[in-house]
Amino acid sequence: MNINRKGLSAIALIGAGALVLSGCASGGNGGDSGSNGGNSGGSAIITTNGSEPQNPLIPTNTTEVGGGKIIDSIFAGLVSYTAEGEIENDVAESIESEDSQNWTVKIREGLTFSDGSPVTAQSFVDAWNYGANPTNAQGSSYFFDNIQGFALEGDVPELSGLKVVDDTTFTVALSAPEADWPLRLGYSAYSPLPESAFEDMDAFGENPIGNGPYMLDGEGAWEHDVAIDLVANPEYDGPREPANDGLKITFYATQDAAYADVQGGNLDVLDAVPDAAFETFEDEFGDRAVNQPAAVFQAINIPQYLEHWGGEEGKLRRAAISRSINRDEITDVIFQGTRTPATDFTSPVIDGYSDELEGAEVLEYDADEAKRLWAEADAIAPYGDTVFDIAYNADGGHQAWVDAATQSISNTLGITAQGKPYPTFAEALEDREAQRLTGATRAGWQADYPSLYNFLAPNYLTGAGSNYEGYSSPEFDNLIREGSTAGDIDAATAKYQEAQELLLKDLPAIPLWYSNVTGVSAETVDNVVFGWNSVPLYYQITKE
Amino acid sequence: MLWYIGRRLLQLIPVFFGATFLIYFMVFSLPGDPIAALFGDRPPAPGVIEAIREQYHLNEPFIVQYLYYIGGIFTGDLGTTYSGRPVTALLAQAFPVTFRLAMLALAFEAIAGILVGLVAGLRKGKLFDASALVVSLLLISVPTFVLGFVLQYFLAVELGLFRTTAGPGAPIQDLILPALVLASVTFAYIVRLTRASVADNASADFVRTATAKGLPRRRVVTVHILRNSLIPVVTFLGVDIGNLMVGAIVTEGIFNINGVGGAVFQAVIRGEGPTVVSFVAVMVIIYMLANLLVDMIYALLDPRIRYAK
Repeated sequence: MNINRKGLSAIALIGAGALVLSGCASGGNGGDSGSNGGNSGGSAIITTNGSEPQNPLIPTNTTEVGGGKIIDSIFAGLVSYTAEGEIENDVAESIESEDSQNWTVKIREGLTFSDGSPVTAQSFVDAWNYGANPTNAQGSSYFFDNIQGFALEGDVPELSGLKVVDDTTFTVALSAPEADWPLRLGYSAYSPLPESAFEDMDAFGENPIGNGPYMLDGEGAWEHDVAIDLVANPEYDGPREPANDGLKITFYATQDAAYADVQGGNLDVLDAVPDAAFETFEDEFGDRAVNQPAAVFQAINIPQYLEHWGGEEGKLRRAAISRSINRDEITDVIFQGTRTPATDFTSPVIDGYSDELEGAEVLEYDADEAKRLWAEADAIAPYGDTVFDIAYNADGGHQAWVDAATQSISNTLGITAQGKPYPTFAEALEDREAQRLTGATRAGWQADYPSLYNFLAPNYLTGAGSNYEGYSSPEFDNLIREGSTAGDIDAATAKYQEAQELLLKDLPAIPLWYSNVTGVSAETVDNVVFGWNSVPLYYQITKE
Repeated sequence: MLWYIGRRLLQLIPVFFGATFLIYFMVFSLPGDPIAALFGDRPPAPGVIEAIREQYHLNEPFIVQYLYYIGGIFTGDLGTTYSGRPVTALLAQAFPVTFRLAMLALAFEAIAGILVGLVAGLRKGKLFDASALVVSLLLISVPTFVLGFVLQYFLAVELGLFRTTAGPGAPIQDLILPALVLASVTFAYIVRLTRASVADNASADFVRTATAKGLPRRRVVTVHILRNSLIPVVTFLGVDIGNLMVGAIVTEGIFNINGVGGAVFQAVIRGEGPTVVSFVAVMVIIYMLANLLVDMIYALLDPRIRYAK
């Protein structure tokens, strides 16, 4: 077969032309659909940053920030949180208990979901049962683990501890008394679901119908990987009445792009300033910049299962490490003041936080004391020239502070300290879970609900879910138990503080600092206040 | 000729299976448990992890997982991401955006690069040539993300000539700035490549002959010099189509474009085998088709090249 050159050329040209044309054609389509999406809102639509939710928008299966921000906006639970982290009734009329274990919940009458169906006691009980059932594999199922009847495995369609009394009343029987149980209830996992949700949960997750201050702007308001459009929900009646017409949450792959958009006037509110702008954002935005501690606790953990780090010797060495890290300098130089040096194991935004715990001086930099403690430990068993490493995941921007901390430790104690990077979070987590660490590890905790308990129990109770390094202290366990069963919140707080003072002696984690929430807002909006969980209280924001 | 194209297209089949197999294996071998990592510092109930692993066949051995994937392809089902979205939806969303960006960049670099290179090559040693060399050197040495941030800051934030990031749907006008950034380095290479090639051909015997037989200068330049100088440039552009499609991750990040680069990066980080493999398979096909196209353009440029049996 021998086709001449012209024929060949023609084919090549057609091919090239087709490529270019199809490029233009799809370009036109994309542009059209984009502008249609943009026209749908009213004038006072607040634009803000977010990230693509990792799961369909089901309250009990949303465990990360991107989806959480949306769930919190479109659902209302029994209570909601004020900026200070206190609870106020949202759907609830009252939440009462005589023994802190058997609770009676009354909800307000006449509330509806955005589709008009009623919010009843059944809406809560069904949603919680769904979330707790292991068959449904919901990421937040552990939030229901203190309700009677909860099981880790098997098919448990109904929790025996949940009983509907009438349309507006249900009772909850916990497996043990818990004085501050209502504090949890503002967390998104405790949201109610309309009856229609249970017919097809996947479809519901795509176009969720909630009872919150906002609702999705029609079918397909969630444009995957791009943005989600929310509008004020006229059916909503509660403390979070929106002062604006809606919310457009644009998903950003990098915070740098989002920051550029605030500068360029395309974005009203940004709740995470990129590292590159730490030094300048407060000067640039003045009183439109926010930089305050958040409910995020950062530490390094040194497991007791390592040689030299168990028993009395380990305690001394941990204290020595703690005292040889200059937290003030690192937060200042590395983080440009966007971290706050830690004084406990929780966070300053939590009710009951104290910076005057007994023994908290172990968190202050003191080179001489560090050397003395280290020498004391060496008297028990000499450390030798073992390298001290701090494991961290390299995909989380930790290298700079780990290098600074190890430098600080090396200089003070005269040992070789260095970082040990893992490429991804998954790999770092695997070695922590398998207890294969060779030294310290980075550890962090972001609270789900504003309570001391939520910082302490999951991380340091014997056998607790996130207690990867295997800390176990019967005395600590007892204090936490006493705190959670205390008659009132003040008594509970006292126990939790006592428990923390014990932690300051054992140092299963060496507290480093609290992450700050850093945010900026454009001049187009006012009244931007950040909640205890670092997310702006969007409903309060006004726009000209 | 058709036979030749058919043969080339048939070659796609083994390459497709080979590439998907290798890549699936690499993702499978990534250390760390992707499901546990989905939940960050808070582990969910053990039953939850188990149920999710089961759903995605993660407990099966590698070869079974791969066969599940291949089996799915024939029914048009490329699997789902861990967030439950069909991979096909992801492909349908990311590729058109990246394709528009890549084509725009390709147009910039090809048109501007060849023009500047041609003029520089014809005026070797003159002022224009020298400045073209300096500018191209500058573009090659400045990393893409620096250029990206600088142009974004000055042209979009300060002067407001462009939107700072691509808006919803990434319309063409929002992609102009990112495409310029993306095209910058390759533009510089193309200038240099064209310039060298043109300068070489300008003093070739056949050009002297053409001039001597009285052809107008324009015809000498376009038909005799340029056409003969384009072969290395076209080869380079062909390879670059692939690079533009997959290598735009930095630029996509700066301008918040939801394209292929970012999608693949996320999928690798999350250890989502089916997503990574599906994207890469499409990229492999694009690479091969682009190469086929380049080979056919060769024949258009150089009469001596023929594809027969």
